[in-house]
Amino acid sequence: MSQIEQTWADAPGLKGWLSTMDHKRVGVRFVVTTLVFFALAGLLAAVMRLQLARADNHLVGPDLYNQLFSVHGTAMMFLFAVPVMEAVALYLIPLMVGTRAVAFPRLNAYGYWLFLFGGVMLFVVFALNIGPEAGWFNYVPLSGPEFSAGKRSDFWAQLITFTEVSALIGAIVIITTAFKMRAPGMTLARMPLFVWAMVVTAFMIVFAMPSVMLASTFLITDRLISTQFYNPAEGGDVLLWQHLFWFFGHPEVYIIFVPALGMISEILPTFARRRVVGYAAMVIALVAIAFLSFGLWVHHMFTTGLPPLGMSFFTAASIMIALPTGLQIFCWIATLATGKRVQFATPLLFVIGFFFIFIIGGLTGVMLGATTLDSQLHDSYFVVAHLHYVLIGGAVFPLFGGFYYWFPKLTGRMLSERAGRWNFWLFFIGFNVAFFPMHILGLQGMPRRVYTYSAASGWENLNLLSTVGAVTIAVSMLVFLVNVVVSMRRRERAPDNPWNASGLEWATSCPPPAYNFMAIPVVNSRTPLWEKEFPVAEVTGLPEILRTTLVTRLHDAEPDHVAILPSPSIWPFLAALATTVMFIGSVFTPWAMVWGAVPVAITLIGWFWPDKEETARMLSIEVKPPEGEARVEALREVLS
Amino acid sequence: MNHEVLAPAGPLSSQIAQLFWIFVGVAAVVYLVVIGFLVAALRRRNEANARTAVRAVSVAVGITSVILLGLGLSDFFAQRVIAATPKDPLRVRVTAHQWWWEIEYSDGQPSRRVRTANELRIPTQRPVELELTADDVIHSFWVPSLQGKKDLLPGYTTRLDLVASRPGVYEGQCAEFCGFQHAHMSIDVIALDPEEYSRWYDAQLASAPEPSDPVALHGREVFMGSTCVMCHNIQGTDASGSVGPDLTHVAGRRRLAAGTLPNTLVNLAGWIRDPQAVKPGTRMPATQLSGEDLAALTTYLSELR
Repeated sequence: MSQIEQTWADAPGLKGWLSTMDHKRVGVRFVVTTLVFFALAGLLAAVMRLQLARADNHLVGPDLYNQLFSVHGTAMMFLFAVPVMEAVALYLIPLMVGTRAVAFPRLNAYGYWLFLFGGVMLFVVFALNIGPEAGWFNYVPLSGPEFSAGKRSDFWAQLITFTEVSALIGAIVIITTAFKMRAPGMTLARMPLFVWAMVVTAFMIVFAMPSVMLASTFLITDRLISTQFYNPAEGGDVLLWQHLFWFFGHPEVYIIFVPALGMISEILPTFARRRVVGYAAMVIALVAIAFLSFGLWVHHMFTTGLPPLGMSFFTAASIMIALPTGLQIFCWIATLATGKRVQFATPLLFVIGFFFIFIIGGLTGVMLGATTLDSQLHDSYFVVAHLHYVLIGGAVFPLFGGFYYWFPKLTGRMLSERAGRWNFWLFFIGFNVAFFPMHILGLQGMPRRVYTYSAASGWENLNLLSTVGAVTIAVSMLVFLVNVVVSMRRRERAPDNPWNASGLEWATSCPPPAYNFMAIPVVNSRTPLWEKEFPVAEVTGLPEILRTTLVTRLHDAEPDHVAILPSPSIWPFLAALATTVMFIGSVFTPWAMVWGAVPVAITLIGWFWPDKEETARMLSIEVKPPEGEARVEALREVLS
Repeated sequence: MNHEVLAPAGPLSSQIAQLFWIFVGVAAVVYLVVIGFLVAALRRRNEANARTAVRAVSVAVGITSVILLGLGLSDFFAQRVIAATPKDPLRVRVTAHQWWWEIEYSDGQPSRRVRTANELRIPTQRPVELELTADDVIHSFWVPSLQGKKDLLPGYTTRLDLVASRPGVYEGQCAEFCGFQHAHMSIDVIALDPEEYSRWYDAQLASAPEPSDPVALHGREVFMGSTCVMCHNIQGTDASGSVGPDLTHVAGRRRLAAGTLPNTLVNLAGWIRDPQAVKPGTRMPATQLSGEDLAALTTYLSELR
């Protein structure tokens, strides 16, 4: 084993598994975890569709149904859509920007474990019939102490705490990695669009999440220690929740959607064999979406009796956000039109599916942004249709494209193209059969979140059709699962750059070694692997007896210094366990915050406790600065 | 069906339906054009000229801006029409409860105020101004054929104007998730000719009729002697509870338990005997009554027209 392999290797066995700092191992684990939650939340949706397939159905009662849709929505948003994008990014970004690890690898591992424990908590309490029951946006006073007895809403609020802490950690890691650890020469203007999209997303997370943390903390204290933030009888306000929640909740939609836009900008040019048209416009569009997304939360509240002129402002912002999104769509079409002959591989099929589905969702979004139309469509099945068109069409289709595209990178195997086509067509058809009829149901007056409806309503046939579509989606997911399992076992090994793509992540082997790149490449192009010469140069001189990588300057990626990254440690795992005990304990008593802080503090001390052997290695590579005349000479060299 | 957004029965809902069709028309054209370009880009033989493509993108962005501006303005003007203050409206206060609607017609003279539940009767052609509030959780008043929805929030009073152009029964349902029986919280808006409406209104002012026969008389005794009296009001009797719906003229209503059942004798009896079987979670408890008492009670209530 060479020195670099030895330095970056994890310990064998369970301990190594629990203490790994490798962003690729953590990333794959993270992706798989989110997919398990996706499958579970999808099964809940299937039960709802079975219940609604017939009028006056008694398959499930109101109590279970309310938990079903609450857990479905909460899990899909907080345990799948947001974290899966971050998980993919935490895997890919170091490879895309040409570095050896993520920034803050221990924090990154801690964020993953916390996410896992929070997600497991949600499904365990659901299995115990004490799952959240007030919907994924958990309006007060329905979720408050008076109308939601027991601990159901407390678990919801603590789930938010878990996932928010994890999401914020992911955001910090992504921003730092993308800003400070890019390969030399990869200026901001050469950063891959997926990395741009994730930087924008991470900043949105940083600004949006505190709002929902505040909202859910108010809720917890209302419920646990009788504060009265949301109780109108004591001077509290029920609309306060909605403002705080949607100030987070609308950017949240774009936190899910913007990474998907980034994925499309990576996948589509590869199969059009051309650089993306309008790179600068794309970046500006992403940033514009991020800013605008913070100015339209009130369109979730158009029916609460706010003043009309004030609402018009939010209508303007809601409609305006279609512009940067439209711009990206036009640029992609232009990329396809001006590229070489288009190659219809499965990843591109999913991207094409995105266009067909998402544009419908975008157009119904413009309708919902208009106050008058929203007064009819709001909280009806039309909205259920719209949000699934936007989220599944806008985010899940590109994400599946991404799975097919980056699967060889993660596993070293190609997914079957034939099964991929079945997967795509079943998903595409099933999706439209399941969700298009919901537009009509909404227009026919069917409100969302009803556990049943009468036969006299006339909604039965379309609901049945929708259920048929849902079953088709389930079959398509099964095809995907089988494809993954069979391909992992049987398919041939993938070449290092199977799609002949342009990004740095394809400049190393599939799957990459623990240290990603034997030598960090120097980049002089936006599409380095499509240049005649690659790499133009390589970074040399990084010490190999420690986990080191190069830190570069923010805007021009000029080398700045060498960073020593921490070694594997089990403490982040233990710290996450301690934090979990504290969070779950505080569902039952406020004292958990006091006594629970002790084990957290202990594990954090362990986390930062220096390792003797490692310190010795650090000292061994320290170079004493030259003195006297030689020092002046050395400085002169650096400055030139 | 009388609960459709696109089958408007009043000027306000017509305005919204018209706007909806404008948006749908524009959206359909935009969709077809964009998808047309996409398909052309995927199927082309030769590479398009890059400069032309960039120019096409700029033009598309320009056109999109104009379309969005137009849609935004059309919404703005429609909203001005809908939000305009009506002249001489009929004022009705609607209070939402888990899971029924309390309705109070206001009048300058206290003796001419009317309380009812789950059924809002209005005269045609006259604007009705609803004052909406809730006393527990958030609900939303939505009768799609007549108007868009408006939330009822504890601690707030919101306003919603309704106008019905022609007589008819317009069904609606609570649109904001409000707990267990959100699915069974319907409201009927019944628009009547103005004269018919006046006759109905005058009848509502009257106290409950005296029972006509011994069975009904017994039924009244059962009512007054059981827990019913704790929650319900029947004008002209000792029953003056205000927790549940006013029953003074309950027999005149179309449906029972906020739209859960058609108002028939059998349904009424079944509902009184075991409300939890019909509408699990409802605030109304089961009442232990002998078959004879139940029949008498049902008879009495069915006379309260």
